[in-house]
Amino acid sequence: MMSVSGIPVWKEYGYRPAIGSRAGETETVPILIVGAGPIGLAMALDLGRRGRRVVVLNALAFIPRGSKAICFSKRSLEIYDRLGVGDRLLEKGVVWEKGKVFWRGDPAPVYEFDLLPVKHQKFPAFINIQQYYVEEYLLDAIAPLSNVEVRWRHELVGIAPHAGGAKAEIETPEGRYFIEADFVIACDGSKSTVRRLLGLDFDGRVFEDNFLIADVKFDQERPTERWFQFEPPYPGYSSLIHKQPDGVWRLDFQLGRDIDKKEAIKPENVEPFVRGFLGDDIEFEFEWLSVYTFQCRRMRRFVHGRIIFAGDSAHLVSPFGARGCNGGMQDIDNLGWKLDRVLSGLSPESLLESYNDEATFVADENILNSTRSTNFMTPRTRMEKIFRDSVLELSRDFAFARPFVNSGRLSVAVPYSNSPLNTPDTDVFSAGPKAGATAIDAPLISDRGKTWLLSRLGDRFIALYFADDDAGAASLQADLGGDIQVVQIAQSGPATKSRLVDVEGLARSRFGAQDGACYLVRPDQHVAGRWLKADSAKIRRAHERACASQGGAK
Amino acid sequence: MSLKLDINTTAPDDIYDSLIRMHEGLDDEQSAHVNARMILLLANHIGDPAVIAEAARIARSAYAPDL
Repeated sequence: MMSVSGIPVWKEYGYRPAIGSRAGETETVPILIVGAGPIGLAMALDLGRRGRRVVVLNALAFIPRGSKAICFSKRSLEIYDRLGVGDRLLEKGVVWEKGKVFWRGDPAPVYEFDLLPVKHQKFPAFINIQQYYVEEYLLDAIAPLSNVEVRWRHELVGIAPHAGGAKAEIETPEGRYFIEADFVIACDGSKSTVRRLLGLDFDGRVFEDNFLIADVKFDQERPTERWFQFEPPYPGYSSLIHKQPDGVWRLDFQLGRDIDKKEAIKPENVEPFVRGFLGDDIEFEFEWLSVYTFQCRRMRRFVHGRIIFAGDSAHLVSPFGARGCNGGMQDIDNLGWKLDRVLSGLSPESLLESYNDEATFVADENILNSTRSTNFMTPRTRMEKIFRDSVLELSRDFAFARPFVNSGRLSVAVPYSNSPLNTPDTDVFSAGPKAGATAIDAPLISDRGKTWLLSRLGDRFIALYFADDDAGAASLQADLGGDIQVVQIAQSGPATKSRLVDVEGLARSRFGAQDGACYLVRPDQHVAGRWLKADSAKIRRAHERACASQGGAK
Repeated sequence: MSLKLDINTTAPDDIYDSLIRMHEGLDDEQSAHVNARMILLLANHIGDPAVIAEAARIARSAYAPDL
């Protein structure tokens, strides 16, 4: 395996000088993204697809091949699909939906869960795929966009914010240059350079337990399920296994506090854990080893003037629950359309404050879940341990105790329940996503055959109109104007480009929609408002509120 | 529903007897586990997190301030 300065390399891109600037010069760029991980690249792709000029800085000249994020949620896949890379990820990834929790080596699980109770959706609950594939696929999708430039081995070393943006100082092998950016998006991870340069910090808790990741190749038939074991009959206080593509398995062992990390990571010290897990007669080889601790913390604000934080630079959680990278994906999904509207002049800059409101709300929800999982997994006191073990003990015999078992509450899209962009319900719906929640997927028929509802939502405001009456749909479109596109969901009749047929009736039942109902869906596929009978005046008001026009945001 | 703090049973002696007998012949370690099991069983029976949070607050209040 090739490596640079001790970091193993997945794919080398190589340093290239900036197209627009030479050492000592200053270049003007509307959007500067710092960091080319899965969040920075997805942000760049989202804005690039909207025609925005974007420069992405990456201190490295390659995609690293190390063990990072592997569990990508249904919601993240839906976002990647909107960006055009969902199918490729689904094809390569390992699909899983079930989890099992074991205790003290008992072959019968104390708890099982199915993460996708509603079937017939385009994407599964989760796929596992190495982060470097996600980064490579995003880069492949960015490559044809001449308005997006990824600069490898261009390292941010200084930043001076001002009212109109920020001046960034960048170091390359050929010297330093400057970028005057209207907006800077910091996607530069947990050790964010931007955060450090601005003297900003996190609030929250740091956990002291140590965990060992061993990405291991071996040949053994195992179910594609998430298996978590408390107090296993082999070394470690807990263990977790996940299947990845290419015959790689992620093993995660809880080591306890006060350990020597350098010793713990030596292959001869890791071997007893893996041997204990696999048994004595299975050959294996290590792909990657690392020891980590974690924190559940976030920045107080994510929007600092025209410098905006997204992903791990803004918030950190434990990996149990897969809420790190998936949480970051929800950030960029939220930010992309808002920044685009502000740059177009369609919305006032105050719309970006709703990113701060919504993304900090999501981070708090993820941190709450992550902290609770950690409290269950790593009891700090004798009494915490007694409660934890009592839950596990009772779970063997009584169904009531099983939902208390917490080995990680896995990432789902967090609804923006209290967002100022929402128009709360005035009609009574029997089912369906409320304002702030994501639209749910359903199979439909279009003029090109089978399709998915979510494939027709996103990138712009959509009025989802549940009706067979074509004249009504045409008149609604005429009333709503160009900024809202009507997508008609009919029960029968012909399918056209803007008329989809809900043959199985699943869209109607999932949205609790009677004939004539309408959902206004934001460009990030979250619901802005809904009505049992479409009313263009109400829809227009909800739209104004959702895009902060005419002071509607606050 | 809020936590009931007025009299809610006509058999206090029976209830107290059950709690005492639950610990008969156990050492402190075993008793601590039995108490935890008991609390979990009752917590699920009650089901309302607000009621349980209120009971926890009052139980803790004699020894430590609110969190």
